[in-house]
Amino acid sequence: MTQPVAEEIQLQVEEIHLSFGGLKVLAGVSTSVKKGEIFSIIGPNGAGKTSLLNCINRFYTPDRGKIIFEGQNILKLKPHQLAALGIARTFQNVELFKHMTVVDNIKLGHHVHLRSGFLSGGIYYGKTRREEMALRKEIEERIVDFLEIEQIRKSVVHTLPFGLQKRVELARALAMKPKILLLDEPATGMNLEETEDIARFILDINEEWGVTIILIEHDMGVVMDISDRVCVLDFGVKIAEGEPAEVRQNEQVIKAYLGQVDLTYSRLGA
Amino acid sequence: MRCGDFKENYIDDEEIFPSPFTKFWLALFLIFLIAFPFMANAHLLYIANMIGFAVIGAVGLNLLTGFTGQISLGHAAFIGVGAYTSAILVTRYGISFWLSIPLSGLVSALAGMVIGIPSLRVKGLYLCIATLAAQFIFGFTFVHWESMTKGITGIHIPPPAVGSFQFDTEKSFYWITLLFVILGVGYARNLVRSKMGRAFVAIRDRDLAAEIMGINLFRYKLSAFAISSFYAGVAGALWVSFLKVVTPEHFPFILCIQYLAMVIVGGLGSVIGSIFGAVFMTLIPEILNVLSDMVKSYAPGMAKMIIPFKQVVFGSMIVGFLIFEPRGLAEIWSRIKKFFTLWPFSY
Ligand SMILES: Nc1ncnc2c1ncn2[C@@H]1O[C@H](COP(=O)(O)OP(=O)(O)OP(=O)(O)O)[C@@H](O)[C@H]1O
Ligand SMILES: [Mg+2]
Repeated sequence: MTQPVAEEIQLQVEEIHLSFGGLKVLAGVSTSVKKGEIFSIIGPNGAGKTSLLNCINRFYTPDRGKIIFEGQNILKLKPHQLAALGIARTFQNVELFKHMTVVDNIKLGHHVHLRSGFLSGGIYYGKTRREEMALRKEIEERIVDFLEIEQIRKSVVHTLPFGLQKRVELARALAMKPKILLLDEPATGMNLEETEDIARFILDINEEWGVTIILIEHDMGVVMDISDRVCVLDFGVKIAEGEPAEVRQNEQVIKAYLGQVDLTYSRLGA
Repeated sequence: MRCGDFKENYIDDEEIFPSPFTKFWLALFLIFLIAFPFMANAHLLYIANMIGFAVIGAVGLNLLTGFTGQISLGHAAFIGVGAYTSAILVTRYGISFWLSIPLSGLVSALAGMVIGIPSLRVKGLYLCIATLAAQFIFGFTFVHWESMTKGITGIHIPPPAVGSFQFDTEKSFYWITLLFVILGVGYARNLVRSKMGRAFVAIRDRDLAAEIMGINLFRYKLSAFAISSFYAGVAGALWVSFLKVVTPEHFPFILCIQYLAMVIVGGLGSVIGSIFGAVFMTLIPEILNVLSDMVKSYAPGMAKMIIPFKQVVFGSMIVGFLIFEPRGLAEIWSRIKKFFTLWPFSY
């Protein structure tokens, strides 16, 4: 696969250390993500993958290190300031607004792009009205159609099966018009067909919408298929990084997965 | 044939009154509200005014507690702040009643924001206790800042006027109350379906996810406190202008509880529910009064038992609602509406 010539670094993680009490969760992780790529993070359970994402979107504050997004050190910012920068995220266990409908959840994704305030919002005429109508149109035409969730748009989220909830969470993240999208195990709890759908969606989001993707995923088939580069974490340390084919051959990576010998091949998709 | 609520397209879906059916009933209800003062006697109009003030206050509390999920025990105090602000502005500074209403709202909103500051750090029961501070601080101020509030004697307030016309009867004041109820309910209905309202509900539902969406929790929680207290202030100012007097006794702690009961019985997170709750909490005691008077006239021997009995009935009705319809009168309403929307083809 030929890469575009200009390989601009969009997100840079430098020497991140994170610990809880005595437990070292991340021990000096450094990596960088290029604009427009699909960058996967893999590793055994408890390796610190989710924790790394939590540092990026400011839920955790690392003990040391820097995280630079488009030239700005985001460790100085608060979590709510990241949406406006274009950083969106989905969660391993789904963090939706469970008592709202699917459409309302997606609308909330668009929060930072809406301009109406408490006066115009309460009057709901002119600006707000136009804005709300345009919002609904965009959601319907760009997101609901794309992710094929027309049938459930009016459903209250907690009534939906987990697989669909994950899809709604992806829809909400897309409504944020992100520049970079952090996906934490988007295919967990899905059957083969749903997993294929998700993989296709991720590729489309990356190619058609031009969104950089950071993907944590245990399904090695998906990871090896769609990633441009893969980073492997084990016990809070980066043990390998490179194109899928290289990583698959890496001794240390195979060893890290050796806890489950017979799984090694299937897991690494080799 | 009307056998379901199928939307032609999603734009219609965003309309505030989704169907012609709803529009029809709403118009009918408005006509009733306008015709009401010509049919009712002074006592009924008195109750109607009281319901109006309660509706405004309850809508405000519901925005904070029902929609944003921030429980507040300060509502009575904010009502008091608005009431005193209006009374002082009108009697001392000669400001017109009409201007004093929004100003009372603003002063109350400011008080609400100050009391709301702990909401960033504490939630639930702890926030409850923190907001209780409002009751003590402002309650104390009403009594002891005598140079302004005239202490326990209270302030006498002249009725509002336009030119030489004075709104000094239950009937004339009814129009003022109705106007503010319509404004207040309309504003709230719109707010909750726009950016800010959605952010409120997001905070209630899952504050962590709300933050990811770029919602500044502190700003929006304080906004909720401000808007809610604005409503409280306006309700208080209208109420005491109607009563023509304000004293510290008008804002006891029990008033907060009554307002909380209104929004819970009516339906948390529902504007229309706040209306039902306000009507319920104002009307039921009145109905019980009438009933107990009737019982008294038939069986004078029972007079002593009637008064406590009334409280028990009222209390049980509230508890009954919580058990059988925890989502409030609003839920019952939506079931009725659904039934009639589909009727007679409800399958
Ligand atoms: N808030 C926290 N407090 C204490 N320990 C934590 C916290 N968050 C994560 N950890 C610990 O950090 C380690 C890494 O967790 P993390 O969730 O990042 O792993 P992961 O790589 O995402 O694993 P999985 O594949 O199971 O999702 C685990 O041992 C976990 O118990
Ligand atoms: Mg994880």
